[in-house]
Amino acid sequence: MKANCWVSPNKVEVNEVPDPTILNSRDAIVQITSTAICGSDLHLLDGYVPTMQKGDVMGHEFMGEVVEVGPGVDHDKLRVGDRVVVPFPIGCGACYACQNQLWSCCENTNPNAGMAEKMFGHPVAGIYGYSHLTGGFAGGQAEYARVVLADVNPLKIESDLTDEQVLFLSDILPTGYMGADMCEITDGDVVAVWGAGPVGQFAMDSARVLGAANVIAVDGVPYRLEMAASQGYQTINYSDTDVRSALLELTGGRGPDKCIDAVGLEATHGAAHVDLYDRAKQAVRSETDRPHALRQAITSCRSGGIVSVIGVYGGLIDKFPAGSWMNRALTLKTGQCHVQRYMRPLLERIERGELDPTRVITHRLPLAEAPHGYDIFKNKQDRCEKVVLTP
Amino acid sequence: MTTGIAQKRSTTPAAVRDDSLTRGLGWASAALGASQLVRPGAFARGLGVADAPRHRLVIAIVGAREMVAAAGLLGRPHPAWLWARVGGDAMDLTLLGRALKNHDGRGLRRTVLATAATVGITLTDLYAAITRTRKGKPMELRSSTTVAGRPDEVYGFWSRLDQLPMFMAHLEDVRVTGERRSHWRAAAPFSRDVEWDAETTDDVPGQRIAWRSLDGADIPNSGQVRFVPAPGGRGTEVHVTLTYDLPGGAAGKAVAKYFGEEPSQHLDDDLRRFKQVFETGEVIRSDGAPRGKRARAEFPQHPARPLSHEERKEVLT
Repeated sequence: MKANCWVSPNKVEVNEVPDPTILNSRDAIVQITSTAICGSDLHLLDGYVPTMQKGDVMGHEFMGEVVEVGPGVDHDKLRVGDRVVVPFPIGCGACYACQNQLWSCCENTNPNAGMAEKMFGHPVAGIYGYSHLTGGFAGGQAEYARVVLADVNPLKIESDLTDEQVLFLSDILPTGYMGADMCEITDGDVVAVWGAGPVGQFAMDSARVLGAANVIAVDGVPYRLEMAASQGYQTINYSDTDVRSALLELTGGRGPDKCIDAVGLEATHGAAHVDLYDRAKQAVRSETDRPHALRQAITSCRSGGIVSVIGVYGGLIDKFPAGSWMNRALTLKTGQCHVQRYMRPLLERIERGELDPTRVITHRLPLAEAPHGYDIFKNKQDRCEKVVLTP
Repeated sequence: MTTGIAQKRSTTPAAVRDDSLTRGLGWASAALGASQLVRPGAFARGLGVADAPRHRLVIAIVGAREMVAAAGLLGRPHPAWLWARVGGDAMDLTLLGRALKNHDGRGLRRTVLATAATVGITLTDLYAAITRTRKGKPMELRSSTTVAGRPDEVYGFWSRLDQLPMFMAHLEDVRVTGERRSHWRAAAPFSRDVEWDAETTDDVPGQRIAWRSLDGADIPNSGQVRFVPAPGGRGTEVHVTLTYDLPGGAAGKAVAKYFGEEPSQHLDDDLRRFKQVFETGEVIRSDGAPRGKRARAEFPQHPARPLSHEERKEVLT
């Protein structure tokens, strides 16, 4: 089959690879009908996530039709012919984490848990197409994928919603939603979202449906801010505006009650000298992540507020504003998305028309053009917001 | 998951107490040291090197070293003295090597013979050091995990010893051979299979199970597993302690580590797989790490892309 493979930093390639097969009894093989490029794939592309290997199949947002199931799959839960969306973190459904809806922290699905434990202190769940630190599972930017513990994870789509309407249930819609959910939004809350990429857009939509009085987008890319503005959100362009003063003005001097970091480890900074400082430290590995968005979210948040982090971090950061965070009674909430927790309720919101995930799609490409998709997505060319690939 | 390694110490380990080889080497050190100190010139001639003041001084120093080793081996026996002898041998071989290199030809035969004898002594010392270190320092590994299940269920899984090879990387096969008796087969470092018989020494359903290898095991070992209810009904804590008498003790462990065998990591991984099997039914495989419990072969990893037909056959058999 054809699959989009990681070659080296800044290089992916569509290659011929073997078709996936059943390796565990509860596996299924899915013929992929739609897949997407995620912002976090760019961290892999850029080489900021360790343990990538030449030939790794990329992609953790995918859906398709079940064409084979292993002998251990519960037939009441999944059969050949089912149309499914596959959540990016692999859960087991049985461990303490899964039982408590912390699916991305599953204790059983990462065969390289020893590696992750050394890096993070405790291991994290297996993730498709997302380095060997999260298990070394082949991803879904391909014609077929092996789905692990297939009677627990995939969401069956039984209505006639299109692929584009449900594909993002695999990651970015629940991720954005979890960002807003962690904010515990109450009446009158103003929510600021750093990053107006696809996840940021969905965090804004989710903050709105969860009752935020006002939503503010912070980004430096004009067309992405326009996309947010088109939904009625206020916008701040950090490249020509002082973010702190703008936020104070928009909130009557209080600061946003809740702040969402939908940027993560490759943030850029409006001030060239600050940006240069972090890039230099990152280049010599004296810190691995550039946390501008996180720093700004913490110092901007009103006292007693919540800072919710869904942007991806992989290693270590410097200049963490611990004083601001501690003295002003802020709560920091984080996590890779527990997709399985949110898939069904979000499917219902899509069916009811409360959320329209298709609004972020700007490019539809054949799988063979995946490298081009990465290129325009990374370099913000051609007003690229979200690329959907069709095998 | 937590692991600790403890190495027991005592001033005179059993392995060197009243040990004829240790005492023999002690007396050999004493005899050699005495002759080197008393008549260094004659000793130099015996070695086939010139009776120069410089040579006499070196020989006297070596003699003093031998007397210290003799005092240690005879007075306060400890494997460390045997290792000290090995170190001294290395020094002697270096000196003799230099003597051979710069030899003027007179008495060369004697120097060659002396070198050959020193090689023999070195091997004897090395043998004594390795074998005597072995029994003095059992290696104790501890690890624990918490699994979703009641203590009696988790105990039930462990008490079926034949299931252990499903998740314990080194174990090939465990057969129950009688009441409280079992036969174990394991892959040891350097691709050598070891087998032993074990007896169950403690068995309290729902609480603990313990075993110990019987006499004649290549690597004497024992183990204990305790099952403790986690607070708040959050499953069962499984606490494992394994004790091994590794061949070569600390040195053997260092060598094994060098070849990629890290005992504490293995026990952690074994318990992780136990949890997987208990909670999900099997050991989870990925494209990068497709070998299930044979995780020792996972580095370097296979790329995270599907396996070819041949690769699949290789990893699944």
